[in-house]
Amino acid sequence: MYDFEFVKPASIADAVKALKEDGAQALSGGQTLIATMKQRLAAPGTLVSLTGIAEMKGVSAAGGQLTVGGATPHAVVAAEAKAAYPGLAALAGGIGDPMVRNRGTIGGSIANNDPAACYPSAVLASGATVVTDRRKIAADDYFQGLFTTALEEGEIVTQVIFPIPEKAAYVKFNQPASRFALTGVFVAKFASGVRVAVTGAGADGVFRWTEAEEALSKDFSPAAVDGLSVDPSGLMGDLHGTPEYRANLIKVLTKRAVAAA
Amino acid sequence: MPKDTGIGAPMKRREDIRFLTGKGRYTADINLRGQAYAAFARSEVAHGKINAIDTRAASEMPGVLCVMTGEDFAAMGGNPAGWLINSRDGTPMREPKRPVLAHGKVRHVGDAYAVVVAETVEQARDAVAAIEADITELPAIVDMKAALADSGNRVHDEIPDNLCFDWGWIEDNRAAVEEAFAKAPHVTTLELVNNRLVPNAMEPRASLADYNPGTEDYTLYTTSQNPHLHRLLIAAFVMGIPEHKLTVIAPDVGGGFGSKIYHYGEEAAVLAAAKALKRPVKWVADRTESFLSDAHGRDHVTKIQLACEKDGTFLALRTETLANVGAYLSNFATATPTFLHGTLMAGPYKTPLVYVNVKAVFTNTAPVDAYRGAGRPEATFSIERIVDKAADELGIDKLEIRRKNLIGADQYPYTTPVGLVYDTGNYAATLDKMVELADVAGFEKRAAESKARGKLRGIGYSTWIEACGIAPSNLVGVLGSRVGLFDAATVRVNATGNLSVMTGAHSHGQGHETVFAQVVAEKLGIPESSIEIVHGDTSKIPFGMGSYGSRSLAVAGSAMVKAVDKIIAKGKKIAAHMLEAAEDDITFENGKFQVAGTDKAKTFGEIAFSAYVPHNYPLETLEPGLEESAFYDPGNFTYPAGAYACEVEVDPDTGRVEILSFTAADDFGNVMNPLIVQGQVHGGVGQGIGQALLENTTYDENGQLLSGSFMDYAMPRADDVPFYTVDHSCNTPCTHNPLGVKGCGEAGAIGSPPAVVNAVVDALRRGGHTGISHIDMPVSPSRVWQAMQA
Repeated sequence: MYDFEFVKPASIADAVKALKEDGAQALSGGQTLIATMKQRLAAPGTLVSLTGIAEMKGVSAAGGQLTVGGATPHAVVAAEAKAAYPGLAALAGGIGDPMVRNRGTIGGSIANNDPAACYPSAVLASGATVVTDRRKIAADDYFQGLFTTALEEGEIVTQVIFPIPEKAAYVKFNQPASRFALTGVFVAKFASGVRVAVTGAGADGVFRWTEAEEALSKDFSPAAVDGLSVDPSGLMGDLHGTPEYRANLIKVLTKRAVAAA
Repeated sequence: MPKDTGIGAPMKRREDIRFLTGKGRYTADINLRGQAYAAFARSEVAHGKINAIDTRAASEMPGVLCVMTGEDFAAMGGNPAGWLINSRDGTPMREPKRPVLAHGKVRHVGDAYAVVVAETVEQARDAVAAIEADITELPAIVDMKAALADSGNRVHDEIPDNLCFDWGWIEDNRAAVEEAFAKAPHVTTLELVNNRLVPNAMEPRASLADYNPGTEDYTLYTTSQNPHLHRLLIAAFVMGIPEHKLTVIAPDVGGGFGSKIYHYGEEAAVLAAAKALKRPVKWVADRTESFLSDAHGRDHVTKIQLACEKDGTFLALRTETLANVGAYLSNFATATPTFLHGTLMAGPYKTPLVYVNVKAVFTNTAPVDAYRGAGRPEATFSIERIVDKAADELGIDKLEIRRKNLIGADQYPYTTPVGLVYDTGNYAATLDKMVELADVAGFEKRAAESKARGKLRGIGYSTWIEACGIAPSNLVGVLGSRVGLFDAATVRVNATGNLSVMTGAHSHGQGHETVFAQVVAEKLGIPESSIEIVHGDTSKIPFGMGSYGSRSLAVAGSAMVKAVDKIIAKGKKIAAHMLEAAEDDITFENGKFQVAGTDKAKTFGEIAFSAYVPHNYPLETLEPGLEESAFYDPGNFTYPAGAYACEVEVDPDTGRVEILSFTAADDFGNVMNPLIVQGQVHGGVGQGIGQALLENTTYDENGQLLSGSFMDYAMPRADDVPFYTVDHSCNTPCTHNPLGVKGCGEAGAIGSPPAVVNAVVDALRRGGHTGISHIDMPVSPSRVWQAMQA
């Protein structure tokens, strides 16, 4: 690890200001960034911690929406979203291990947008709104490819607002080594229709499986997906699974998520 | 009631208290005054010509004390292969020099070509990044078949075809085996891969070198399974340091699994730097360095054929194996695929004719050497997989085909067609015990229950044997070993009656400090708490060969028993004098020297005191003191064996395999501490399950290690393995060592992989996928699913 400066502002305004400095980098739970720094693959001059900002923490439900502060750890979401949005709480409770869940945050996860991370699928399938220090971004516009989002330089995810679906579930198939999602599917059923988001499988990161959405909007049952198949082109292939294997998993896990919802 | 002390007691490991409370003292925990830190520059390409290495900028970086490159070590000796193998045509193996640091060429990703020593680790790493290496990348040699086919592209310029040796075992049997195949009513053929594994000891390799300019003595603290072997290699072969001027200390060592047997260049580099700087120099590998530069394990590609009668009687077996040795020959690299593999190809069976051919191949990958089991897992996997395939082809039950061919309990000593003499065993007994414990009878009912849930259940067996307790020195000498494989112990009784045992074995997780003390306590009739087991420091321990090959108790433990016997013999002489009796009339039992048939006795403590305060003592005929040493060279290998059953459930939608149960019935001979033996089996089976289902070491075509971190290299975790059923009640004591022990450290890793794969194949075939006869390890979900699509 290279030497760096560390600041821990208490307000969003101070964090935004600190991030304007040269070489400044936001630090949330640090579950990716710190590991990268330890390997000397990143060398930010100043880390601006977001975990001391009270207004970015916590879970609250009101008016059919669940609002999660950007610096809220997964373990808190797992515990506090349970009543209002059990599908999301279950996802949060299945990320990594207890250490990851007590350090890692929702804002850090979706700002990093790892193609195998769990949270992006929930944000996208819920049609959530990503709130930053300067604007609101619809989930459909937010995720833009591998480790790429709509966020601008120095922009901070302060909140994520989830519309609460009638039913939802996330089912993931673990990559055996990292235990990230080799493929994970989040299914959310709203009065207006069903949204299905897939993580771990897309060559460009999280995406919606629109054919399944249409079929499930008509008939929310595992059998509704039976006649569908996923085109493996555009899916990832690596040591742990070919694009064809991931295509199969998308279908299998979608059915299981519908059954579990 | 089980005993609670001495031989056979399930005592908890005394060393665990310090390990579990963070009080272990590992190499990285040791800090010497004024120590500096080393970091290594490692090749980022698999194969390249070094044109120039410019260290000027690095040398001028803050805190940098020295920078050395491969050229600075070019005049030093090579790190040798410990075993000379001759090819079938009688020519000796090709043996390239393995330098301390690469010069001329780099030969694998992670091959170190320079070292920086600086005041801090960070400064040393910064300076490594400032070294300008002009290296022309050459085409990487990764695939073994391609390596053999392309003589123009060579890992070592002087070695054509990248072939180290082409070994036949036993060459004289080749013709008879071919004839048997030509006449055989049935021949089963299987091609398989024994996947490459990264050892991943919890503690990475580390070294701390110290040089005393006043005495010209060197001390090396290092992660070693065999400190005397390290000293010998460094002193006599590589650096030319007089052996008596080098002390090697292997303190607490956090796992080895073979990877810490070997001498590595980093150790010589820090010793040289410590001398040059007259300061201690420390290096601790990070996990990435471990992945790239520890000696890997396995990596065989094998074609195996079994000839049999239609009733399943084995007639002959032959194999052709390509064994990857990587870029350089590590110390046991040539022994592992030959005499630790070919000699085991009879397995526990009466197969009358066996022929083994192994070609060892150089590639631009990390060196490959012995890893828990070393050659024997490769042999066992090949045999146990083809036995299952033959049973399927012939329509014979998997247990029946094994029973039919197992060596009978009345056939010992049994001479195999591959040069070993099994001294004792009872393979049918462990098989029966396994069948009972695994409730094989209830399997069909369980399979039906799985089927009702949409899952495919299968059961797989493995009946395995190994040769361990290595090894008779004269025999291995004939076979090409360049070292002896005896071991040694010194028992030093103190005046106050407690004692230290200095052993040549090294404990890096095995529990020697507990079980060795149990053995000595039983023999001397004193409490374990009076006994200290000292290991790991060449300035304290006699010259022993260390721990690997399940040899510690069978070989070093035998030396210890011999030394204890000498203590007792001397004690009787002292007692005879003190009790005014004839030596022949003195008995020793339960810690008491007694005149037979009387109540005249002296305790062990009284005799010890007398030996050091020899006032009433036969000084004219007997030296004072009570300290004895013994060396022990085994008369034969030991032959642990057992029968394993694995039950799995396959999810047909995803190909995911879940292990539901694992049963191990082993014959380890006499058991000194059943709790430790259970733990060893659990660990070994866990590693075998890792190999079978999870661990996938993959180099791409450019020789880049794709599975170079725990993000991609899947180690078995607690929820990947079941609760084990372990039994070692069917034992046949070893006939040729004093404790009757056979060794248990490698068993689980040897016997389990084929049981797991056999279970998966069984599940798929029962599920209607009868075209599947094999899936290569690791049997990952995607591979299983892929196989099911055919």
